[in-house]
Amino acid sequence: MSALPLSPARRPVPGVFVALGLTLAIGWLVVAIDGGQLFNQSTTVSLLHVAAGLGFVAVGQTLVILGGSLDLSVAYVVSLSTLVAAETMNGSNAALLPAIGLTLLVSAGIGLFNGLLVTTGQINPFIATLGVGLLLKGYLDSRYDGPAGSTAPALVQTLGYQRVGPVPLSFLLLLAVAGACWFLLSRTRFGHHLIAVGGDPEVARLSGVRNDRVRVTAHVLCSLCAGLAGIYLASRLGSGAPRVGTEGLYDLESIAAVVIGGTALAGGRGGVVGTVGGVLLLAGIDAIFNQLAVDAFAKQVVRGVIIIAAVAVYARRALRKADR
Amino acid sequence: MPDGHPGALLALRGISKSFLGVGVLHEVDLDVAAGEVHAVVGENGAGKSTLMKIVSGGYAPDAGTITLAGQPQVFGSPRDAQRAGVGIIHQEFNLLPERTVAENVYLGHEPVRRGLVDRRQMLASTRRLLDSIGETALPADAPVGRLSVAQQQVVEIVKTLALDARLIIMDEPTAALADHEVALLYRLVRRLQEQGIGILYVSHRLTEVFDLSSRITVLKDGRRVTTVPTADTTADELVRHMVGRELSHYYPPRATPQDIGEVRLTVRAGANRKLRDIDLTLRAGEVLGVGGLQGSGRSALARALFGVAPFTAGEVVVDGTPTRLRSPRTAMRAGVAYVSEDRKGEGIVARQSVLDNALLASRAVFALRSGRTARTVRVRELLAAVEVRSAGDQQEIRYLSGGNQQKVVLARWLAVNPRILLFDEPTRGIDVGAKSAIHDLVRRLARDGAAVLMISSDLPELLGMSDRMIVMRDGRIAGELPAGATEEDVVALAVGTVRETAA
Repeated sequence: MSALPLSPARRPVPGVFVALGLTLAIGWLVVAIDGGQLFNQSTTVSLLHVAAGLGFVAVGQTLVILGGSLDLSVAYVVSLSTLVAAETMNGSNAALLPAIGLTLLVSAGIGLFNGLLVTTGQINPFIATLGVGLLLKGYLDSRYDGPAGSTAPALVQTLGYQRVGPVPLSFLLLLAVAGACWFLLSRTRFGHHLIAVGGDPEVARLSGVRNDRVRVTAHVLCSLCAGLAGIYLASRLGSGAPRVGTEGLYDLESIAAVVIGGTALAGGRGGVVGTVGGVLLLAGIDAIFNQLAVDAFAKQVVRGVIIIAAVAVYARRALRKADR
Repeated sequence: MPDGHPGALLALRGISKSFLGVGVLHEVDLDVAAGEVHAVVGENGAGKSTLMKIVSGGYAPDAGTITLAGQPQVFGSPRDAQRAGVGIIHQEFNLLPERTVAENVYLGHEPVRRGLVDRRQMLASTRRLLDSIGETALPADAPVGRLSVAQQQVVEIVKTLALDARLIIMDEPTAALADHEVALLYRLVRRLQEQGIGILYVSHRLTEVFDLSSRITVLKDGRRVTTVPTADTTADELVRHMVGRELSHYYPPRATPQDIGEVRLTVRAGANRKLRDIDLTLRAGEVLGVGGLQGSGRSALARALFGVAPFTAGEVVVDGTPTRLRSPRTAMRAGVAYVSEDRKGEGIVARQSVLDNALLASRAVFALRSGRTARTVRVRELLAAVEVRSAGDQQEIRYLSGGNQQKVVLARWLAVNPRILLFDEPTRGIDVGAKSAIHDLVRRLARDGAAVLMISSDLPELLGMSDRMIVMRDGRIAGELPAGATEEDVVALAVGTVRETAA
């Protein structure tokens, strides 16, 4: 109505990439002073491997969080997936594709269950997915004491260790998955509806969006991503590992990466591009501290500070916006 | 008129609706022609919102028919009404601030090409719709959160147009707008009219109603009082139709001059984001009634005095001492108590016991003077004194009736011996019996020397309880009225048909 000057919409590059650049620059400097080198071949490769594992989970987590939900069961889905994959393959290349199919099917099933609990069951997503996670934990703890099964050599050689220059195949796969999710969010009805449901469920409902269907789909996709992470970890470890998901803290770290990447925890704002930045930032901090070989406590402190700072910065921005 | 207009765009016949046995609408008839602006006016609680919700599919009527362009309609959901061509623009916008104009306009029915959202077409169509109502300057790809309130309203309108709305309901469309934006809305309404769209225009503000509408329907207590061509009526006549009923309820006797004591609280030139030029005195023993429409600043006044949204300018004197009421805590320490209009949200802690609710204020703010047991005993006495009916004071308060919940809230404040009491709609949603009990309590508190400020939308209550009244409009005190003023006096000040009177 009024002639308020408005620039056309730009979705700004999330601030996380600025933070990522700064962290890597400072890290490089500190490591150099310490007499090491942050970006040699082996450290870069391991950084990207760490990023790939966390990345699959975090990209999936982005979808549910955007839709105003949350998934705390992902760590257990990751563990379970390594086992389903490795045990079905049992060291044979012939069983590779059926094993991958079965793993994805199982994780999709868990996602469906999560989604139904949250929507038709109307259970708070925090509680529902925590419950499902504990259920899976019970199964894993009672059935497995240690590694089981054996990953098909073909998978280990490709997804596990194949590289293009310094870039592991797994990281390229992550970029592909993230790209697909970006496309999903910005170019499909499902994506538009998901962001609307997360932004304001009532607005979405009144606009004719089928909120429940959208949320369930997001949960299925999130679990599928966790399943993919499981397959990747099985290819790295050569076997199924019943506790790899929880030891890797994939549940909380994935949420942290999403939040650092600028996605609002309440939903409705953000995207996968930021999440990939958040994942790289967390993996970068890991790499820096590994190089410096200082104690793990300092590393945890730095990560904690970064997560809190990120949330504080975003919250302040949101406040400024609301004030206008 | 209810029989006429065979070619009416919208025809409502015999619409009735009740909630929990309480009739809200009684056999309401209404017609809107294509290209007509039909205004609906009435007091708070006259049934306007319920009627609009029925037309837009939010509620199903208990009886009566809705006909749209000759087709009988049954709306099971807002979605059904949208499909049939009814759009509604609420006071609060239904928009996603993070998404662009086009994304908001086409939410739920995005144009798709080869399975993918066709963003180019979405932008182009939004552009076309914006242009069609003369909004050529509004970018279709800007995030809605960056637009002004008036621009967001345009987006809401375009959203209904994108669904091919033939009838648009506007519920208090100017409530959120600044003065200069109202003229822009007028222009927009005219454009929609030219396109043959019928508009149901709900507003408290009679000036707008006279500027825009061709016919006016007056609702009162859920019934249609009259429908008149705008040209044939006057504001005074409308106000007479909107009010005017017999006083049937008994109210406790008013304060006598010797009951009224010294000045307890004075506000001079108080102002904040929602209030301007507030000058006010509260005296011991006196009930000051506050009238005005919703959004006129009544609640903002109470919230300013209780420090929830404090005055940012001006001066407040409590019992002779200049005081800054900057938080509820400081207000309570200055002797102010506040009974919120939002009992469920701000008045009670639903899942705590009656006793815990009654002890809340004393526990939170005041040091223990005489031991825990003594305090509990005293609060128990207060609960008995206000005659709370419950299954014991350990019962969770949410199981009590509204009236009994409100009595517990009162007991909570009595426990801290307030000298200034602010009541915001103290009897809203409370049955008749509990209502008079609360009226008696309010009066007793005043007689015991408290200064009382009472906000009420219920005109008979306001007139029956107040020793003196102020009426708010647009964040200011529009005028002051003595006891014995009429409903017409209050409404006229509230809607602004008379010049502001000096106090």
